[in-house]
Amino acid sequence: MSLESAQTTAFTNGRSIELGAIPTLEFDGFEDAILDAVALGQRVAALFAAPSARPGGALLYVVLADDRENRLGVTRTKIDGDSFPSLTPQCPQVHMFEREIAEQFGSSPTGHPWLKPVRYHRSWTGRDAWQRPAHEAILAGVTDFYRVGGDEVHEVAVGPVHAGVIEPGHFRFQCHGEQVFHLEIALGYQHRGVEQAMAGGPHARSIHYAETVAGDTTIAHATAYCQIVEALARCQKTARAQTLRGVALELERLANHVGDLGALAGDVGFLPTASYCGRIRGDFLNMTALLCGSRFGRGMVRPGGVVFDVDDARVAELLRRLDAAERDTAVAVNLLWDTPSVMARFEDIGPLPRQVAMDLGMVGPAARASGLARDVRHDQPSGIFRFAHIPVSTYDAGDVFARAYIRWLEIQQSTAFIRDQLSAIPAGEVRVPVGPVAPNKLVVALNEGWRGEVCHVAITDAEGRFGRYKIVDPSFHNWTGLAYALRNQQISDFPVCNKSFNLSYCGHDL
Amino acid sequence: MLRLISARRQQGHRTTTYPDGPAPPLPDRFRGRPTIDVAKCADGCRECVQACPTGAVTLTDKMRIDLGKCLFCSDCADACRDHAITYTNEYALAARRREDLVIEQDEQVHDLAAALDAKLLGLFGRSLKLRQVSAGGCNACEADVNVLGTVGWDLGRFGIQFVASPRHADGLLITGPVTRNMELALKKTYEATAAPKIVIAVGACAISGGPYIDHEQTCNGAEALLPVDLYIPGCPPHPLTILDGLLRLLGRIEDGSRPAARSGA
Ligand code: SF4
Ligand code: SF4
Repeated sequence: MSLESAQTTAFTNGRSIELGAIPTLEFDGFEDAILDAVALGQRVAALFAAPSARPGGALLYVVLADDRENRLGVTRTKIDGDSFPSLTPQCPQVHMFEREIAEQFGSSPTGHPWLKPVRYHRSWTGRDAWQRPAHEAILAGVTDFYRVGGDEVHEVAVGPVHAGVIEPGHFRFQCHGEQVFHLEIALGYQHRGVEQAMAGGPHARSIHYAETVAGDTTIAHATAYCQIVEALARCQKTARAQTLRGVALELERLANHVGDLGALAGDVGFLPTASYCGRIRGDFLNMTALLCGSRFGRGMVRPGGVVFDVDDARVAELLRRLDAAERDTAVAVNLLWDTPSVMARFEDIGPLPRQVAMDLGMVGPAARASGLARDVRHDQPSGIFRFAHIPVSTYDAGDVFARAYIRWLEIQQSTAFIRDQLSAIPAGEVRVPVGPVAPNKLVVALNEGWRGEVCHVAITDAEGRFGRYKIVDPSFHNWTGLAYALRNQQISDFPVCNKSFNLSYCGHDL
Repeated sequence: MLRLISARRQQGHRTTTYPDGPAPPLPDRFRGRPTIDVAKCADGCRECVQACPTGAVTLTDKMRIDLGKCLFCSDCADACRDHAITYTNEYALAARRREDLVIEQDEQVHDLAAALDAKLLGLFGRSLKLRQVSAGGCNACEADVNVLGTVGWDLGRFGIQFVASPRHADGLLITGPVTRNMELALKKTYEATAAPKIVIAVGACAISGGPYIDHEQTCNGAEALLPVDLYIPGCPPHPLTILDGLLRLLGRIEDGSRPAARSGA
């Protein structure tokens, strides 16, 4: 079933459409468009508010992903007052988006079962969804936490400052002995105002914001931003540039997946794989640095293509290092599956059933480990992935083991992809000039980052500036999956569960 | 068990001998300390100033680059038609004083971080326990601090260790621009650390706000709240830059300043 209907405008990843071509529906029609699409197996890639011409008013936009048809659909509605009916009770995957709209625009989704702040900041409109007095400071993590009552129930609170070298976040566990009844996660400590700062661009900082949405996902976010600019400027990248972007994206995936397998081993006290993978992760980061001088891919991807080309010698060196890292990774990772004490700590821990993953709108390896064949490279391909296909790896157990094993499958796929691509790079320039950005357009760019779908949406104003720039890091969808996976688990299994998702705080907090 | 032993043989010994041996090789495209050759700047067109995302390049009586704000993106160098700015391969960048991070045109000598004073060196020189606080930012700085703990770098051999509680720490290592939402947590963590204590700011964010400079959601770096004893610039700094800074602070690398770096490395 395709998305074509009077309610939505169909388009594809990385193509811009006229704002005027998007229907503005009554709220009921908007609601039906979302619920019908989700009933047909589509996903909500983004749901957000944008300022409307009328002071105090806002437009709600939804981007629906029809993965089977490799298409996107967009539609919108007006919200005038300070509330709108919540869709969360019928469509749980929008629950975070609705909380975000409430926080940013001060419009409350009426009937939302869980209406709490997302990032703990003042709204952009001066209207507050929680009627907090303007003179009182908003303190991160201060909210009404869900509590389980009863004599033998206790609460464990962790963070924002954690024991390790990691980002800040607050976790509240409702426990009965060792058993976790419920985990609630409060984030926002990393909130630094990225979306607001993107508005009014493109400007000198835009690409740097994109590169630092989540530092370990620099290539995926920078590529999404560049796809936005290129679509708006009708710029055709060369095949060579697209190939090099693809290589950089897969190197980013390799570094992070290998690092995660090492960290998972560390969390169950299996030091050989922990130490080997910790180092091999560095080998992959250093391959990215060989490409562009930065271990995190800073400075590699720019509108119009990539900044750094490769010659034969550099390709040969990359391939030599890829072979060595591939051998080391295989030895280090296969130790995990051969070690019963590791498997005992991975299997059946932190299960996320397929239906729950679907309801929550999970993306990336965490979705694939629960049996959902979702991968932007396959479902909504752009750039090199329209020509070179990477098989989608799935597993159905949904536990820590599945999330670990998916990474191992993807490591093998990405390694093969990079080898193929580097062995046959199309000739040509790596970067072409980019003209001015067109006014009154909407464009969506999706990319499969190593954690899952990276989604950027831009709406340009009459002057060709970003009137609204929406960023959805995969972690925004997936944090709730982690909370769910902890239900009825031992609290001591939290570290390994958490690492098996390894979500981004800064990508969520923006 | 046999597989474990054979894997151990296969993976080999990988810890760098630095600083006794040579530093691990940096990639040729690595962007380290910049140099400004003002003779090449013919007309003062200010393209570099305009290109810079963070206001790190200034051109008044002299041209200057503030490494505390610099993302090492080379947008300034790319904007300059005359190639007056060059990013070299020089990784040693850490300083004890904020003003030492500002590079001036034609500068020949750059003041690098000096060691702690004798009293603190006596206390921390052979054992420095740090509590890391991530306060905004993109997490790449934390990632490359963490890397120092891997077998390749083995930070533990210098007596430097990251500890789980500020109560066990001799100081804080801060990353990120210090978001408003982390202000309180950072203050509390600092207060919980026993005196005497030191503060290390790692990355453009923690030094100046970095890419988020002047955002109302941030404090423009750790200095707004706490006295900073060591600044390690970069976005993120290379692990070698971080290690170099830590070792200078502990008096393990002693040449306090070095000639301006070779250009065009
Ligand atoms: S390299 Fe540094 S000084 Fe130059 S433009 Fe980038 S941030 Fe500014
Ligand atoms: S200085 Fe750069 S790398 Fe470090 S946290 Fe800030 S944005 Fe990320």
